[in-house]
Amino acid sequence: MKRLPKFLLSAALVATMATSFSAVMAATPPDTLVQAWQMDDIISLDPAEIFELSASEINGNTYERLITYDIKDVSKISGQVAESWTVSPDGKTYTFKIKPNRKFASGNPITAEDVVYSLQRAVILDKSPAFILGQFGLDKNNVKDKVKQTGPLELTFEVDKPYAPTLVLYCLGNSVASIVDKKLLTQNEKDGDWGYNWLKTKYAGSGPYIMRDWKANEVLVLERNPNYEKKTPLARVIYRHIKETANQRLLLEKGDIDVARSLNPEEITAVSNNKDIQVQSAPKGTIYYLGLNQKNPNLAKPEVRQALKWLVDYQAIADTIMKYKGEVHQNFLPKGFLGAETNNPYKLDVAKAKDLLAKAGLKDGFSVTMDTRSVPEIMGVAQAMQATFAQAGIKLEILPMDSKQALTKYRARQQDIYIGNWGSDYQDPNSNADTFAANDDNSDNAKAKPLAWRNAWDPGPLTAKTRAAVMERDAEKRAQMYKELQKAVLDDGPFVIFLQQTEVAAVRKNVDNFVLGPSFSDNDISQAKKN
Amino acid sequence: MASSIATGSGGHDALRFYLTKTAQFILVLATTLLGLIAVTFFIGRVVPIDPVLAIVGDRAPPQVYARVRQELGLDLPLIQQFWIYLKKAVVGDFGNSVLTTNPVMTDIKNAFPATFELATLGTLIGTLIGVPLGVLAAVKRGSLLDQFVRFIGLAGYSIPIFWLGLMSLLLFYAKLGWVPGPGRIDVAYSYLYTPVTNIVLLDTAMQGQWDAFWDAASHIVLPACLLGYFSLAYISRMTRSFMLNELAQEYVIAARVKGLSEMRVIWRHALRNAAVPLITVIALSYANLLEGSVLTETVFAWPGLGQYITNSLQNADMNAVLGGTLVIGTAFVVLNLVSDLLYRLLDPRTR
Repeated sequence: MKRLPKFLLSAALVATMATSFSAVMAATPPDTLVQAWQMDDIISLDPAEIFELSASEINGNTYERLITYDIKDVSKISGQVAESWTVSPDGKTYTFKIKPNRKFASGNPITAEDVVYSLQRAVILDKSPAFILGQFGLDKNNVKDKVKQTGPLELTFEVDKPYAPTLVLYCLGNSVASIVDKKLLTQNEKDGDWGYNWLKTKYAGSGPYIMRDWKANEVLVLERNPNYEKKTPLARVIYRHIKETANQRLLLEKGDIDVARSLNPEEITAVSNNKDIQVQSAPKGTIYYLGLNQKNPNLAKPEVRQALKWLVDYQAIADTIMKYKGEVHQNFLPKGFLGAETNNPYKLDVAKAKDLLAKAGLKDGFSVTMDTRSVPEIMGVAQAMQATFAQAGIKLEILPMDSKQALTKYRARQQDIYIGNWGSDYQDPNSNADTFAANDDNSDNAKAKPLAWRNAWDPGPLTAKTRAAVMERDAEKRAQMYKELQKAVLDDGPFVIFLQQTEVAAVRKNVDNFVLGPSFSDNDISQAKKN
Repeated sequence: MASSIATGSGGHDALRFYLTKTAQFILVLATTLLGLIAVTFFIGRVVPIDPVLAIVGDRAPPQVYARVRQELGLDLPLIQQFWIYLKKAVVGDFGNSVLTTNPVMTDIKNAFPATFELATLGTLIGTLIGVPLGVLAAVKRGSLLDQFVRFIGLAGYSIPIFWLGLMSLLLFYAKLGWVPGPGRIDVAYSYLYTPVTNIVLLDTAMQGQWDAFWDAASHIVLPACLLGYFSLAYISRMTRSFMLNELAQEYVIAARVKGLSEMRVIWRHALRNAAVPLITVIALSYANLLEGSVLTETVFAWPGLGQYITNSLQNADMNAVLGGTLVIGTAFVVLNLVSDLLYRLLDPRTR
């Protein structure tokens, strides 16, 4: 009996060793790309509902849309499912011709009928991203008249006003306008749900990869689509949900994954010294900003808004806390967008800020709170700003809170300052102008809640100018209008915009053609391969 | 043991005992669950988080927002919402999770077995090593072994589990390569078997997929040992103090005077008595692990209940939080009952 504990100890040890030998440490298979990512944001894989970053990337690699753009120069728009298109002289009717002899992954042919079905479906289901199509005057009741099949490979898309064609085309290139397989969805339809309950977790597209399997918070598997003309070099791509970033690093260095997507700055620095790993990055269409609520009497003073813009150490934030994650950017249009301004006139200038505060009658500063999401990077930036604000006598109190809680409060405009980020919904400048520079109704019970509204800011004539820019069909003139809007917001708006996001991925050197694009749906793994 | 009760104290009494116990159990379970539902439900509704946001996101146009709000029944009075929820819950419908879009029960059927597998192995390791260690430490009080056991206990108490988890991964996975990295099973194996019980070790073994079984086993070793270590720290400390208490009792002296061997005195007499309170300790530590060790699950990318509930909570996914809480509540009540029954088996005075 006395030997029992010893026996148990050695038994446990033996068991550990025995199992460890079976853990064969093979590198990932040569025809499979394995990525680790924090992808617990996926709530649906139905293109009519996808709005989250991870799901957008999956959509981009598994579905096709009528049109697409060159991710190196987004102004180059081309057909994807569409072969060609024309715009009627009054600017309200778009006619698309579909490429012939192409197939969905299921083997069903891609026809104009599928395209019409897809667009009608997205509008009628009316999920979160449906407004991207709905903004052209389409709704449940009229969409069947507005989107019509006119031939086996031809359809028309009718909008209510003569919008700038690029706006319409970019929106038709968005994930919500993905072309889905009508035949397959009709087979899986239940109680007139357009196959929604099925497609949430399944796949009905024609892109380079097939979405084979999704286990929420665990794994998502893509497989080569045999019906896609430019076959993917890889047989499959596996996304693993690994929440802990330190583990992503371990797995990457060990070769158990090929790409780590969610490393923090220190980890990026560490892996960049590893000769087997390369670090890739691309600017994304998301900008970081402070929203100054105009209901706060101090923040409502123009001099105070100006002063705060001089009280941020932009470069220090970009070089330290947000290293690899963003670069200084002060205008509301991200780089890469039509008309985007790249001048960054503000820098930390305490003396100038003090002068402005004195002019506002706040020589001794004031106290103000900032709703701050308890995410390390956001907290870090908030603390940096707290320090620089204090130099001019402004006492910034950071209120840390859960992100959904902060957002709830922000949407009820009950904050003083909100530190947030905003990603564009589609590749057209209107996506951001509409929220930063326009506010049709500044009353408390307004229906739409653009960022201008959430900060109780009435942009006056800028709203009308934003609406006019949407109608401008001359690209040069349109770009000029957006430059003016950006200047006005930069000078006087209640937004201290400080960074444009950069996405970084650490990739093992034997992986080629892993491409990060300007938006998550543009992250392209279709031609990725391993040597 | 079971037969000795039936014959020893009369079949009739035993029957009555078990009947009362069952009735009590059902009552306790029902009130506990009702209380849990009520508290969790109302907390979920008063937190300053808008559950509609979790579903439609920040960008949804007003009419979509309003429609979903209505679909969720959030425009109804709170009491009415609670009543609707309760009626559905009684028939096992806990609604759908926002995050995974599955019915909450389906999610829990996936997540709970993962936690169960890990917690059971952890508790087994903790008990099988912790109890003998505690006994030895008590017997050799003040010896080097005793100091060692106390040190292990102290370390288990004071080292944060996520740190130890990361360090053990660094050592056993990254440096030594003894175990595979985080995860429950290699993706390559995960399609070789059909999940039936969702306890991977069981499923793979039952379906004869031995390669998959060994892969799963190699994945669970490290987190299970880690959890085992933490319950070991607690169990060995408690065993030691219970044993010290028992060894000082007069019956131990009497047994020694009678000339019984030291082995018999310690393992048969003293431990037998110390075992009664020890059962509660082990059950509590097991219940703790069953709640899902959030940190361990996060570090080891283990798709268990702890991660599920935390994730849901952070996303204001209240249906999932409520469902998860109920499962934990039930586990607690059941474990309580089991330890009550074991008490009765081990301690004749309670009969």
